[in-house]
Amino acid sequence: MIAVIKYNAGNIRSVAFALERLGIDFTITDTHEEIQRADKVIFPGVGEASSTMAYLRDRKLDKVIKELKQPVLGICLGMQLMCAYSEENNTACLGIFEESVKLFKPEHKEKVPHMGWNSLALTKNWLDPGVDDGYVYFVHSYYVPVNPYTAAITEYVLPFSSALKKDNFYAVQFHPEKSATIGEKVLLSFLNKS
Amino acid sequence: MLTKRIIPCLDIKDGRTVKGINFVNIRDAGDPVELGASYALQGADELVFLDIAATNENRKTFVNLVKKIAARINIPFTVGGGISSIEDVAPLLEAGADKVSINSAAVKSPTLIDQLAKAFGSQFVVLAIDARKIHNQWTVHTHGGSKPSDKKLFSWAREGAERGAGEILFTSMDHDGTKQGFAIDPLGKLNELLQIPVIASGGAGNRQHFLEAFLLGKADAALAASLFHFGELPIPELKLYLKNSGVPIRI
Repeated sequence: MIAVIKYNAGNIRSVAFALERLGIDFTITDTHEEIQRADKVIFPGVGEASSTMAYLRDRKLDKVIKELKQPVLGICLGMQLMCAYSEENNTACLGIFEESVKLFKPEHKEKVPHMGWNSLALTKNWLDPGVDDGYVYFVHSYYVPVNPYTAAITEYVLPFSSALKKDNFYAVQFHPEKSATIGEKVLLSFLNKS
Repeated sequence: MLTKRIIPCLDIKDGRTVKGINFVNIRDAGDPVELGASYALQGADELVFLDIAATNENRKTFVNLVKKIAARINIPFTVGGGISSIEDVAPLLEAGADKVSINSAAVKSPTLIDQLAKAFGSQFVVLAIDARKIHNQWTVHTHGGSKPSDKKLFSWAREGAERGAGEILFTSMDHDGTKQGFAIDPLGKLNELLQIPVIASGGAGNRQHFLEAFLLGKADAALAASLFHFGELPIPELKLYLKNSGVPIRI
């Protein structure tokens, strides 16, 4: 069973619909035991870093997520919260990845948030090679710099991490649940992990 | 590279798409879910669904429709029409809408923008502005363009952005329906003025018009309705043309 972590994230319903379209069984839950028992865990996210971390800490979900051993996929804010720290309201995050999350500082009048379809350049092989150079949908103002765990790079203002991977932790900055057929391939890349 | 977006707009009345729609390969072109899914397959980057006869009575029908759209469609979509309060928005977002567009209600009480941005995040809030040039001033109109307001396009767009709107959807009423091209000058000025994306609307008649909106008007996205609905300009053809003309486009 796939567990989608239930918390105050804005895109849980969209993620649920995307899984339904793929014919995947899942449960949306904030029960520690159900999350720990799941075959795979999806950690969605749309919102603000500090209030979301406070919410997770309040329910002790921070510790649960960090210690999961099965494949875990962080999406958007979920990916940012997997890092050590976010500049968004100076928030200490989960620390699964050692990176700090930074605010885009436009150099040539680029607009922030980075909103719309942008392309992926894969650097590690956890994602289906079929998505290399494909377009996916982004909405975010903060980014994870390129680092040793970067699995895909996208360029906006500067090259940043559009996907990460470390051990059993996978993460994407974009919204696979809103990224047409390429997004479906990304979700399946994760769902096919053992 | 971040690409320019092509956005078909569907007008909805009582849960059905209005305007004559002339598509092959669709079982029911009056069904917004079918039509939206077809656009997504053809390469639309986003969709807008406008409840043009929004009343309290049919609000539920629209929310149910939004649920069906969200279940079926795998690209982002905006819903709008008759939204006047946070209470109107919450069920739409819960139903799975990615963004909501607000128009007349924001002109009447601008703090609605602040409230929505604070409650749901700026990325959920599209400020739609209908404007027409009167005595050389771009004057904002409300109620489907029927009522002039005291607001002017550029100052209102800037105020909307400062209050937390995530995008501006600018429709030139002078160009809407003419098929003579988008309002390039005000688009360029909005782009200069704002740090948030601008969606061009009104006047699309052929593929060159989109090219002008992106290259000269510096729009981040362009929206059209009948041009797509009547099959006059297929989206794949438009996108290929733009790409070959050097515009960053998702194919």
